[in-house]
Formats: sequence, C-alpha cells, structure tokens
Amino acid sequence: MSLLSLRNLTVARNGRPVLSGIDLTIGEGEFVGLLGPNGAGKTTLLRAALGLLPHQGTSSLDPLTSDQRARRAAFMPQGREIAWPLPVADLVALGRMPHGRSPADGPAVERAIAALELAPLRRRPATELSGGEQARALIARMLAQETPLLVADEPVAGLDPAAQIKVMKTFAGIAAQGRAVLASLHDLGLAARHCSRLILLSEGRIAADGPPAEVLDADTLARVFGISAWFSMTADGPVFQPLDILRKEQP
Amino acid sequence: MSRWMLWAGLSLLVAALFLASLLTGPAGLGPWNEIPALFGRGDELIAMVMREIRLPRAILGLLLGASLGLAGAAVQGFLRNPLAEPGLIGTSASAALGAVLAIQTGFAAALPLGLPLAALAGATVSVLLILLLAGSRGGALPLILAGIAISALAGAMTSLVLNLSPNPFAANEIIFWMMGSLADRSMLHVWMTLPFFGVGAPLLLATGRGLDTLTLGEDAAASMGVRMTRLRLALIFGVAALVGSATAVAGAVGFVGLVVPHLLRRAAGARPSRLLVASALGGAAMVLAADIAVRVIAPGRDLKLGVLTALVGAPFFLHLIWRTRSQGA
Repeated sequence: MSLLSLRNLTVARNGRPVLSGIDLTIGEGEFVGLLGPNGAGKTTLLRAALGLLPHQGTSSLDPLTSDQRARRAAFMPQGREIAWPLPVADLVALGRMPHGRSPADGPAVERAIAALELAPLRRRPATELSGGEQARALIARMLAQETPLLVADEPVAGLDPAAQIKVMKTFAGIAAQGRAVLASLHDLGLAARHCSRLILLSEGRIAADGPPAEVLDADTLARVFGISAWFSMTADGPVFQPLDILRKEQP
Repeated sequence: MSRWMLWAGLSLLVAALFLASLLTGPAGLGPWNEIPALFGRGDELIAMVMREIRLPRAILGLLLGASLGLAGAAVQGFLRNPLAEPGLIGTSASAALGAVLAIQTGFAAALPLGLPLAALAGATVSVLLILLLAGSRGGALPLILAGIAISALAGAMTSLVLNLSPNPFAANEIIFWMMGSLADRSMLHVWMTLPFFGVGAPLLLATGRGLDTLTLGEDAAASMGVRMTRLRLALIFGVAALVGSATAVAGAVGFVGLVVPHLLRRAAGARPSRLLVASALGGAAMVLAADIAVRVIAPGRDLKLGVLTALVGAPFFLHLIWRTRSQGA
C-alpha cells in the first residue's frame, strides 16, 4: 500500500522553481534515502510533501486535516531544535499530541523509549544530551507518534559514526516492520548500506530513483555531484566510497 | 515537584499576599476591624476604606500580576526564548501612548475611565498593526521585528507628546503614570479589567499543548497537528488583551513577565504548558508583594510599583544571567 504519493509536485520561490514536477510513491517497508547536492531541493521536497510549504501538484497527504496528517506522517526537521530542557521522557511524549489524551499514550512512549535505548536517560534534560543522544530522543518522539510514515531531514548530520549507524539501523528496523521511512541524507556511504531505495535530486528534479546499486552509478554521480566514487557489493553488503572531485565549481 | 504541589504552594502564597495587601494601608485600622468591614459589618468608614480602596487595589494587583506572568510565559514559549517579555509585541508601549494622549488632551480628566479606555484603544491599534505587519502566518522573526518597530514608534510618539507638552503639570502626570501604580484605583477599574482577563487568560491557557510541541520548532509542531495560524492569533489576541488591560489600569510595570517564568521554569519542569498557570500565580504573588512593599517602605512618598518591580527585577535578572554563565550553559 502506498504511504506517500506525490504527483507533479512543484514549488517556486520568488518565481524561480525550486522543485519541478516531482512524481514518486513510497510504499510499506521502504527505507528511502533522499540524496542530492546542497540546494537540490531535498528539504523543500520533504516540507512540501508534508503540507508545510505551499506547493502546486499534489501530495497524498494534502486532503487530510492537520490532525489526520499528524497521525499518518511524523516529521523530524533539520537542525534538531530543542528549545527547553525537557526531560527525555517528556520530550518523547510530545509525539502523542496528535492522538489527544488516550490510554495508549503511556505504552506508546515506553515502546519508543525502549526502541531507542533511552531508558537510562529518561529523566535527563534533553538539552544536556550529546548530539547522538538528542537525535535518538527526537527519533523516539517520532516513533511515539505511531505513524505509518516517518520523514526525517538530515537525521544523521553531525553525529559520530557509531551514532550514525545506530540511527540508520533504527530506521531500517522501522521500515522492516511494514512502515516506511523517508530521510534526506548527505552521506552516500551510509545511504548505500542501509537504505532500500535511493532518490537522487538534482536542481529540483529527480535525477535517479531505484535501489542503491542502480542510483549510485558512475555516470549519475559524475553528473549530479561531480565526483568519482567506488561502489561494490561485498560479502558485508554494499560499500560506497567517494574518491575525487571531477570538475571545479563554476566561479 | 509535582505540578499540583507547585500550584497549591503558589496559590497559598497568593492567598496570603492578597490578605496581606488588604490589611496594608496608611490608615492603621487593625485586622479585627478590617476583615468584618470587608463584609459590611462594623464601622461604615472602615467599610468604605476596605471595599472601595483596599479591595480593588488587591484585586487589581492579583489580575495585573497574573496577566503579566501568564503573558510572559506564553510569549517566551511561543518565541522559544527566555529573554522574551510580554511587551515585545508592542502592546504595552502602544497602550502607554494611548494613555499619554488621554492625559495630554484632557480626555483622562473628562471621563472617569477616560485614561484606561484610551490606553485600551492604543493596545487595539497595536494589535491591528502587528497583524498588518507580521501577518497571521509565518515564523517568530516577523512577529518580533514588527513588535520592536511598533514599540519604537509608540515610544517615539510618547516622547514627542512629552516634548511638545505646553503644560508642565500634564508632563509631570504623564511621567508619574508611566512609572506604574495601583494606588487610588476603584472597583470601576476592576470591572473594566475583568472582561479582558476573562478573554485573554483562557486564550493563552489553551495554547499550552501547542507551545509544548513548539519546543521542537515550528515545522515539528505543525507536523504534530498544531494549527500554527490559530496558535499565533490566540497568542497575539491573548497577550494583547492581558497586557493592554494591565497597562491601561496600572501603567508600565516591568520585569514581572520576564522574571517570573524564569524563576519557575525549573520547578515547573521546563514544559511551556506547565509554566502557564504557575507563572500566572507567580506573577500575582510578585505584584501583590511589590504593591505591599511600596506601601510599607515609604508610606508617605507614593513610591511607584513599576519602579520597585524594576529595582528588584533587574538585579535579580543579572543574578540569573550570572548563574547561567557560571554553569557554562
């Protein structure tokens, strides 16, 4: 079943197109990595798909009320803002907001805390955690929302390698439960290893869409990122390593 | 601390200070005469003092403090900034301008409620301006910028009125009014303030869950089903109703809306929604205490409430900054 479907999604800013004619469908069980150079339109795509940005074309979430939408898709914005020193458990419980106050709240919060191994931190003010711990707390907050679709904007930016792998494995696990995750990523290596599908954006359009081995081919990488890279299917799974810059940036 | 214990403790404090405020005044009448007089028993003169001077003053202290505390907590929650204060959206400066114009033109003297009504008109204009400038949609930044612009303009116009005032007595009255006071207010002022409190306070208290989710930013809040436009309008109208009416009856009383949410944030558990009620109670306690203090410290000198709250509030605020810095936060 499709959890998100975008048809001809187009966003213009000051008359300039930022996103043009995006068509895509995300189904159950998929962990989709959204890739692309800075300014390719990744954040714009995620925000428009969630109805946070005025757009042309349609997202399957458009016709829903804001409450219904919040029960269908959870969102973790870029930047991972936490304004106040809420205890981790309270922060995770914010995810129950779209459900009103229900008896399911407590168990849902506990499941999310357990899934991200946050039990030892539950009373700690979230603002005092390390970046990796904060990311886990915010992902737990999304999980507590108990939506079929989870959308995250650069969830692993700025994290150390262990924390990055942990987050990616968590997302893969969520997808494996029959939900779907759409995350924008900059680390092509992590994306290649953990995502089931990659979508490559370039200048507001989809340049490639498919399994990692297809999307990360030499021609596409040269065209979109201007880099050469080494990609191989090993016994430990796919391994990807960027190698060099192919062309200088235009002055 | 559980929120119920915090609320109960603060409520007790407010009740005690309310009673103390009723029993404080230049005419030392003795509590055994004063309390019964409040209910119309005993000496008629004492009854008049209690019901027409002390009672409105205590009620207004309660309402003013609760308004400023609640509005401060809501504005800080909405802007996710502990340095925000309720005057930030320009309402208090505009209300002050309305009052100043009323004093200058003689409108204040011509009508019993001329001054507060003019101040409310000023507050209303500021709301219309902020909606026009910042719109009902959009982020925190346009709201802050529009608020600063409106405050600056209203402040400049107030200065202009003072500057060009041909009448030194009016200028003097304006300056004293702007210092903020609850002296010589009547039940009329209470009846005028109550409807605004009755509208503004529920509007702001209802923003609690929205403010909680805003902890994670505007996009996260919107994705959790918070209707941002509605939240923003509730905040603007709620704060304007509370701060506009507070300024209209009492003049400028600073630092309450800034300091009280700060003081209580840790005890309330950092969640903006928990802070709203606590901050309303804390604000009421602070203003009641300050209004008792101005009467006790200098009984014959008419020390102004706003002067005292700033005198106490500013060093306290410096202390908070110092503590934050030494914690390395």
